Amino acid sequence: MSFHPLMVYDSEHFHKSERGRLDEGKPFEFTRERRAILDDMLTKYPPDQKRSAVLGALYLVQEQEGYLTASGMRHVAGILGMTAAEVDDVATYYVMFFKERVGKYVFQVCRTLSCALGGAERVTEALSEKLGIKPGETDPSGLFTLLEFECLGACDRAPVVMVNNEHWHERVTPESCSTLVDDIKTRGAAAVSGCYLKVER
Amino acid sequence: MEPILTKYVREPNSYTLDFFLAHQGYEGLKKALGMQPNEIIELVKASGLRGRGGAGFPTGLKFQFVDKKSEPRYIACNADESEPGTFKDHVLMERNPHLLFEGCLIGCWAIGAKVAYIYIRGEFYHVQKVLEAELANAYAKGYAGKNILGTGFDCDIVIHRGAGAYEAGEETALIESLEGKRAQPRIKPPFPAVAGLYNKPTAVNNVETLCNLPAIVTNGAQWFASLGPEKNGGPKLFCVSGHVKKPGVFEASMKTTLRELIFDHAGGIRDGHQLKAVIPGGSSVPILLPHELDIPASFDDVQKAGSMLGSAGIIVMDETTCMVWRRATCCTSTSTSRAASAHPVVKGRTGFTRSSRASRTAKGKCATSTCSSASATTLSGRRSAHSATRRRPRH
Repeated sequence: MSFHPLMVYDSEHFHKSERGRLDEGKPFEFTRERRAILDDMLTKYPPDQKRSAVLGALYLVQEQEGYLTASGMRHVAGILGMTAAEVDDVATYYVMFFKERVGKYVFQVCRTLSCALGGAERVTEALSEKLGIKPGETDPSGLFTLLEFECLGACDRAPVVMVNNEHWHERVTPESCSTLVDDIKTRGAAAVSGCYLKVER
Repeated sequence: MEPILTKYVREPNSYTLDFFLAHQGYEGLKKALGMQPNEIIELVKASGLRGRGGAGFPTGLKFQFVDKKSEPRYIACNADESEPGTFKDHVLMERNPHLLFEGCLIGCWAIGAKVAYIYIRGEFYHVQKVLEAELANAYAKGYAGKNILGTGFDCDIVIHRGAGAYEAGEETALIESLEGKRAQPRIKPPFPAVAGLYNKPTAVNNVETLCNLPAIVTNGAQWFASLGPEKNGGPKLFCVSGHVKKPGVFEASMKTTLRELIFDHAGGIRDGHQLKAVIPGGSSVPILLPHELDIPASFDDVQKAGSMLGSAGIIVMDETTCMVWRRATCCTSTSTSRAASAHPVVKGRTGFTRSSRASRTAKGKCATSTCSSASATTLSGRRSAHSATRRRPRH
């Protein structure tokens, strides 16, 4: 038995045939710009260790497709000289890769202790109610996905919500989250500000 | 104590190269490149610097153990800060990135490495952007890359983004992840100092550890050791979060007591509440009670009190916190995918969460027995546990 991140360990009814298989997706090839980024990344590692760039390559697949597809991973395997199974092995381990279709905006609410002490459960509830979905689900319009996440490493600014793996919104409250959702609906990606040294402590 | 690592972090442009150079930046590197690598290792050993990532292993010894006969050698900087309650490296990298580069370069010079990989966790994307931009500036001004400062020393710094794996904070797991595999720990020995990254000698050091090197080289081992209690020298970053008035990162000597950190530095418990319990070093260490806080926050003293300083992530809880809920929260975080490769964590988790749930329904009966297995299955238990899982046939 191996340990798979998607495995539900405490379920009474779990069977290995229930394991998710990755979506085949569209036929995949990197755009020229992304391929150039990957080639540049490869120069940073020894020439016989191309495999080191696999995480970077998978981020690029995710950026292009929105989530990881089986055809995208085969493409990566071809470039890096790995087998498709090896890429699959890596991709399914790391939690920042989406293995199924997600919304355009993915809310990841940190729920680990410091954020939980700061009221992360309230934030998740508020977002859940606002979007009409439970954690782990995508809303019918395909715009939002709500996920719970483990420690983001900003415990002094708890609770934290990360949007799309990149943008942090810190010291959020149930109200501010709800405003953020409305803002994204009207202004799109411009509403996602994140923290690029804009907020001083 | 006057801050050393975080002295300027509140200045608006503290992360820029110009600001860093105007405040004795890269002076340690200049001095180090004028010394022999062996001298630096001896200096670090004499300073008593201990790894700031959690284990507290003497850094000088780690450098010394690196096999000097094998080429190439590497430094892997552990910036996968994911122990819940810890956010010190986040601040250092975001506000003082050049100090980390300087530390990496001194480390590389000491062990004779030509490349330092900074493995930053994937969630720190905004921090990574700062590091990348500042690294480009350092390269442009000749502080990294070929012929550093005209001394003929070549050293590259590479920033490698992780993708969300709690286990990558363990040194061999970090190496696996850098090699493009699952972040699962290796069986030791061989230790990374002999066969690490790409099977070459590697020193894996925490961000804060490397950031201490410039100050040691500039000011000397005696000065560094005198800043803290015996065998716990130097400044230390403490992250205080939870139910305190002013959560944040505080730099202090390890002579400072936990009580001073919570009540003086972090402003005390929020109004109208009392202290109930403190986690002194990230959520995988045992808790301390209010009457146990008058001890110096050093690796040795906290261990004597029955807990661990770990990564110095101090989480403070007031009387509104249900301890069973706390245990259940910590269990959930270790059991989700990020630590799911650790066999005892997975096995133990089912037990904890079930009994925590059961005891919550039974209104307040505390699941104390599960807490003791928590300490047995975290950190110290991890290595042997992994050996067990890795030896099984994998399907």
